[in-house]
Amino acid sequence: MDLLIRNGRVVDPANGLDAAGDVLVQAGRIARVGPGLEAPKGTETVDAGGRVVAPGFIDIHVHLREPGQEYKETIASGTRAAAAGGFAAVACMANTQPVNDTRAVTDYILAEARARGVVRVYPIGAVTRGLAGRELAELGELAEAGCVAYSDDGRPVVNSALLRRALEYAQAFGRPIISHAEDVALSEGGVMHEGFVSTDLGLRGIPAAAEEIMVARDVALAELTGTPIHIAHVSTAAAVRLLRDAKARGVPVTGEVTPHHMLLTDEALRAYDANAKMAPPLRSKRDVEACREALADGTLDAIATDHAPHALTDKEVELDHAANGIVGLETAVALCLTHLVRERVLDLPTLIARLTVGPARVLGLPGGSLAPGAPGDVTVLDLAREHVIEPARFRSKARNTPFGGHACVGAPWLTVVGGRVVMRDGAVPGDSGP
Amino acid sequence: MGLTRKDLLEIRSLEPGEIQTILDTAVSMKEIASREIKKVPALRGKTVVNLFLEPSTRTRTSFEIAGKWLSADVVNVSGSSSSVVKGETLIDTARNIEAMSPDCVVIRHAASGAAHMLARVLRCSVVNAGDGMHEHPTQALLDLLTIREKRGHLDGLSVAIVGDIAHSRVARSNIAGMRKMGMSVTVAGPPTLIPPGVEELGVKVARRLEDALRDVDVIMMLRLQQERMTANYIPSLREYSRLYGLSLEKLRGARDDVLIMHPGPVNRGIEMAPEVADGPYSVILEQVANGVAVRMAILYLLIGAKGTEA
Repeated sequence: MDLLIRNGRVVDPANGLDAAGDVLVQAGRIARVGPGLEAPKGTETVDAGGRVVAPGFIDIHVHLREPGQEYKETIASGTRAAAAGGFAAVACMANTQPVNDTRAVTDYILAEARARGVVRVYPIGAVTRGLAGRELAELGELAEAGCVAYSDDGRPVVNSALLRRALEYAQAFGRPIISHAEDVALSEGGVMHEGFVSTDLGLRGIPAAAEEIMVARDVALAELTGTPIHIAHVSTAAAVRLLRDAKARGVPVTGEVTPHHMLLTDEALRAYDANAKMAPPLRSKRDVEACREALADGTLDAIATDHAPHALTDKEVELDHAANGIVGLETAVALCLTHLVRERVLDLPTLIARLTVGPARVLGLPGGSLAPGAPGDVTVLDLAREHVIEPARFRSKARNTPFGGHACVGAPWLTVVGGRVVMRDGAVPGDSGP
Repeated sequence: MGLTRKDLLEIRSLEPGEIQTILDTAVSMKEIASREIKKVPALRGKTVVNLFLEPSTRTRTSFEIAGKWLSADVVNVSGSSSSVVKGETLIDTARNIEAMSPDCVVIRHAASGAAHMLARVLRCSVVNAGDGMHEHPTQALLDLLTIREKRGHLDGLSVAIVGDIAHSRVARSNIAGMRKMGMSVTVAGPPTLIPPGVEELGVKVARRLEDALRDVDVIMMLRLQQERMTANYIPSLREYSRLYGLSLEKLRGARDDVLIMHPGPVNRGIEMAPEVADGPYSVILEQVANGVAVRMAILYLLIGAKGTEA
């Protein structure tokens, strides 16, 4: 597919670019970037009108729920949500039903993504069979089938010897392991961050130490084995400190943070709203500040949404029984533009880096760059657009977000995958009605 | 008179004046208990549903008697808190009950926040009869009534709350109510059962039971759930009893006129020696009697007093 995007402010952190110009995609790949580009006659052309043109955003942590929990989300609905939210690629976690611990499941996900997906889908395979934490999944075959990383996300690999073997074995395939860092004995029964608010609300707490302990272990094992470990959804100041120290010493660790862990604290639980319940839980103000700072200084490499769609029936129950997590694909970019860039936590090129080259490097994915030959994925942002988050309009099947009604300034305007426009001014192909 | 709010969910959001109103109304309700015919027509034609999804004898009975003495039609629904077991969500249960047009739903539930959730969904009044580890507002109000009766006032009094503070909705409601009424509160118990940041609720924490008991006007002992031992909060009931149980000997350091309270049911010999529970300072049975009066007052103020001069 060919596409010329004219008249943009091209921001490509991978190549240190922030300048007025055009982006030309030919045969599905980036052909040229620069001012006043000409395209062959008949090439589809989009006038960006001075908007920000960036490499296609990549979300390396989503739950597409298919196969097995199609009532929450499907590959079709989840990838349409991604397109609507400005993401050209997503990496989907292995905790499907059945678990993505065999080639057959990976094949199914990729086939479904080809047939009905709207953006690129990179499957993440399980570390252990059935996510049970007892025996290694066939990591080699999963890599062959197309898995880009391994994770038992949703639960940690508790057995350190097993995780060590997984890390060593994964070296043969050059795939990192993504860790859901949680000491499950310390977090057992907890529904929110442990602190004064949990005491006040009479809810069982999960201490920050539950994350810190596992991050410390993961760093030690990454150092021991030399295999990269990526820490999913970092939520505590202590975990940030450990990662900063590990990176300074050259240990192959990376980290991601969700928008909600940078925007909300445990105070959000005060109304007993299940849309504020997640794992890891929303933490203290100090933790939020540490995560923001770490994203700005590069200790945290990527923003990832941990898009966790749930049906109303999973959430509209007592907090103790409610499912963990919120959807993020359709809110992340607007929230980050509004609260991180406009509030000067970080500048626009840095935000774009954490949504493009940062996540691409963490998982070794193509994309995240506008270099000639890179995948023809582009995200265009409208920094001035004022809007209110309306869950009823989500392309995701799910509505579980604490940000409904939240006013934002700035939104994704165009999403391009391989030169094909998959979202323009909020409209995704196949939308019925306005 | 009356409360202008729809629900009674927690003490923390009540104004001190509202607490006074409830206690004053409860005093006038107590007189009904002394009559030969214990019935007034205040809530005739009103329906109260006691939705008890966690085991309870005392509180449910107390609400039932309170409703009946006020001539309300009282319906008891009991079951399990687990929506998974029941196959119906709490909200569905609530909506089904609402379809039968009750005036008030009294809910007891094992999950913190369950009463809030119900109150968001239901148009009728909701009274929290205990939600998880969060609040048990009617218990705190009956405790305040009992203390006020015995001392004549609340302002300036000091209280020690002893035991499993971390898991106690009674402690949370009482701390909120006592602080609002100008009382000072010290909590004591094994450090494993003192929740993080509890000082921010405006209480002092005593390391040793003896320090907490000295010079206080009221000692409130909490029930120790036996499962705390299996979760290693404490090594044994024996040691708990020795260190944190209220014995006659430990009481020697307390004031001569100290009041001893317990929300019940008492684990005799664990948190409290039998001779203390039955001793002259104990007001445990007065608490139970006041429970009916306080619950009558709350039902009356929430669903009875509006529009009519009763």
